[in-house]
Amino acid sequence: MSDTTMKSIARRPDSAWVRLRRRKMALVGMALVILIFGASILAPWIAPYDPFEQHFDGLTLFGEPLPPGGEYLLGTDLLGRDLFSRLLYGARTSLIIGVVANGIALIIGTVVGLTAGFFQGWIGAVLMRFTDLMMAFPALLLAICLAAVFQPSLWIVAFVIAMVNWVQTARVIYTETTALTARDFIAAERTLGASTARILFKHILPHLVPTIIVWGTLGISTTVLLEATLSYLGVGVQPPTPSWGNIIFENQTYFQAAPWLVFFPGAAIVVLALAFNLVGDALRDVLDPTLRGSD
Amino acid sequence: MNLTAKHPSDAAPASDVPEPTLSVQNLSVSVETQTGPLPLIKNINFTLARGETLALAGESGSGKSITSLAIMGLLPPPAVRVSGGSIMLGHETLTTLPEADLRALRGNRVAMIFQEPMTSLNPIMTIGTQLIEAIRAHAPLSRAAARSEALAALRAVRMSEPDRRMHQFPHELSGGMRQRVMIAMALALKPDVLIADEPTTALDVTVQREVLELLRDLQKAQGTAILLITHDMGVVAEMADRVVIMRQGQIEETGTVHQIFAAPQQTYTRDLLAAVPRMGQGGVPISRKEAPVIADLRDVQVRYDIRGGVLNRVTHRVHAVESVSFDIRTGETFSLVGESGCGKSTIARAIVGLVPHEGAIDIAGQRVGTMTAQTRRRLSAVTQIVFQDPMAALDPRMTVGEQIAEPLLIHGEHDAASRRAQAAALMDKVGLTEAQLDNYPHEFSGGQRQRICIARALSLTPKLIVADESVSALDVSVQARVLDLLRALKDEFGIAMLFISHDMAVVENISDRVAVMHLGQIVEIGSRGQVFGNPQHPYTRRLMAAVPVPDPSFERMVENRISDDVPTPLHPIGHNVIRHQMLQVSDGHFVAETD
Repeated sequence: MSDTTMKSIARRPDSAWVRLRRRKMALVGMALVILIFGASILAPWIAPYDPFEQHFDGLTLFGEPLPPGGEYLLGTDLLGRDLFSRLLYGARTSLIIGVVANGIALIIGTVVGLTAGFFQGWIGAVLMRFTDLMMAFPALLLAICLAAVFQPSLWIVAFVIAMVNWVQTARVIYTETTALTARDFIAAERTLGASTARILFKHILPHLVPTIIVWGTLGISTTVLLEATLSYLGVGVQPPTPSWGNIIFENQTYFQAAPWLVFFPGAAIVVLALAFNLVGDALRDVLDPTLRGSD
Repeated sequence: MNLTAKHPSDAAPASDVPEPTLSVQNLSVSVETQTGPLPLIKNINFTLARGETLALAGESGSGKSITSLAIMGLLPPPAVRVSGGSIMLGHETLTTLPEADLRALRGNRVAMIFQEPMTSLNPIMTIGTQLIEAIRAHAPLSRAAARSEALAALRAVRMSEPDRRMHQFPHELSGGMRQRVMIAMALALKPDVLIADEPTTALDVTVQREVLELLRDLQKAQGTAILLITHDMGVVAEMADRVVIMRQGQIEETGTVHQIFAAPQQTYTRDLLAAVPRMGQGGVPISRKEAPVIADLRDVQVRYDIRGGVLNRVTHRVHAVESVSFDIRTGETFSLVGESGCGKSTIARAIVGLVPHEGAIDIAGQRVGTMTAQTRRRLSAVTQIVFQDPMAALDPRMTVGEQIAEPLLIHGEHDAASRRAQAAALMDKVGLTEAQLDNYPHEFSGGQRQRICIARALSLTPKLIVADESVSALDVSVQARVLDLLRALKDEFGIAMLFISHDMAVVENISDRVAVMHLGQIVEIGSRGQVFGNPQHPYTRRLMAAVPVPDPSFERMVENRISDDVPTPLHPIGHNVIRHQMLQVSDGHFVAETD
């Protein structure tokens, strides 16, 4: 390549949104996300039954739950409640946990990691030692303590989960920020007189987006399951309010007799995580200028 | 030389007509892409005889490394593969040999040494273990026998204290010693062919000299055929018997080293040779009497603390820069030259406020010191730095237009249209076009990226530009053009330049005044004519003597200097570093006192 050769003629690149729409998998992911959100919001209208009602005909003569098919679309649970309706209502809880709690955790983790990694010094030392402390402390025990102090409600559970889950993100973001801060283009920015805010938000944060997306999608399934664990231990969302996690835990002992009771909520969690993963992956590629034109 | 011959046939003397040890015929390599195979090298032919050194020379992307990987059978599968032609080693066809047989050949009959010895050695195994393993992988020797072979190999590469080196880890050795270990490993098995891929590119010039001499001596003793891959025409002139010039995957010209240098046939070869910076080619230096001082350094020190012990206290300090003073005047190019670790880059970073220092640095009347956002902004308006690696110095996620215009935004130009117009004007100044403003850094070549960095540095019209090894990572032809650009812009804007380089020839070409640094101190300073025409300090002389000369008929004086333990600027705390007393040689020419 000759040094002065003209590269391709300049082109106004398509906007990120246009490029996102061009990706099939991203569209599938977005459709799934919209579907899950829609289902949870519209639950009162589309649910065939009251999720709390214990149907008399919801159990066999021997008191066993009904399998999928028939009158109850996805079968019934141990108390004769309609599983499909419970899943629809449970989506609300799980989305709040998986999106809001996970989102808060992500934001806290990013802020802590970014601050510690960029400023180093005593601020960094204090923040990272605190992170290490949180990491060493068993997350479940901490969640139980926090939940015991506050009266359990959905929002408190979301808060507790966020308090437990930001730690890993903070560590990863910290490491990446440290590496980025040492790179020459950050030194170049400093010599250009760029303010700290400009360096942080214009030059470091965009490089962290892929990591944040990966941890965000990973966090969805871990937080949803953590909520289930808490429910199981009696400090999470209180029964009979359904969540995907507590449906699994309520029924896991009957897995062999009634596998659908674990399979369907499990599948719902997988689909939710997958949907966000597809959107996240596409978003990461679309926002990366070095991959521009490869789609 | 005391290595036992492993193949009895190797000991046989070569016949009068040298039969090619290695012959490459019509070799083509292509990479599989989505749009079909893309040729990387096309129909290349050459032969290599026993005891001969053949240089494969060319700029980056010419396919010389791909050729060597093809010979070793190490092309990265599955995308890159040989698409035609053959490679013969003696009577065996390497291109059709199964992987298991190839593995037996590698190291045994064809060995390779790489550019960066640190990455080629296993960091968690001792030198001895690695040598013994390499020997035993190819020869059925007992551990003790392999060990004595390894020791002999270390002695053969003139390592001091070979017994102790056997127990050391790669990080405990200097770069030159590591490369000697690689050579020892490669030659312990007495291969027929040694492929040396840029063996000295990562080394300092004085170390390069020793490694090159070592390779030549070993070749004489063992009769190994060497395939030398390099971009450095100086190294080619000193080492090669025959030269193959490659360009864009094809052979441009083949000939003996004397033919290539004395009477190149192809335009490309002529251009390539013309672009090589040579000593003694500089222009007329400017007179520096009247121009105002733009940068003034007085007694500058930079030290790094090394912590250790149970209490994590400071036990040692790296005296990176120790009492350095000089000044630079408007319109002048001042060069700092020295080998790696001499502190030249640290000075560059101290001047632009990236590392804290002691002593006084004044740039255009401003003291570089404790950095608040405001003082940093003011400093950035008068001095700018251009780094070595332009790819690392540009934000990969931002268009170059935004990056060139960013300093303007930081310094209060809020009108986007005006910023873009200024950025376009700067692009034009550095030989790029306005249309390229919307492209990202990865869409440019290395030389273009460095032009972008220069444009960004110029956007605030600074008074001093610090060029920290700014052309070292570029190909020679590109390097020559970037140097011309720097010179032209310096004259046009009337700015001063601090040029930092390890390359004596480049420094002699571009500078008005020169300071030679060694272990954090200046050992000689003066105008270019004074330093290069009348070098006084022994270190300056050694540096100049070590530079490879791109002229095969140049007769080098034999000197034997083997010092394995490199002096370091690392001292225990409280240690007083002896500061050089500078003696005046002539007007403006000072040299450190030597004992």
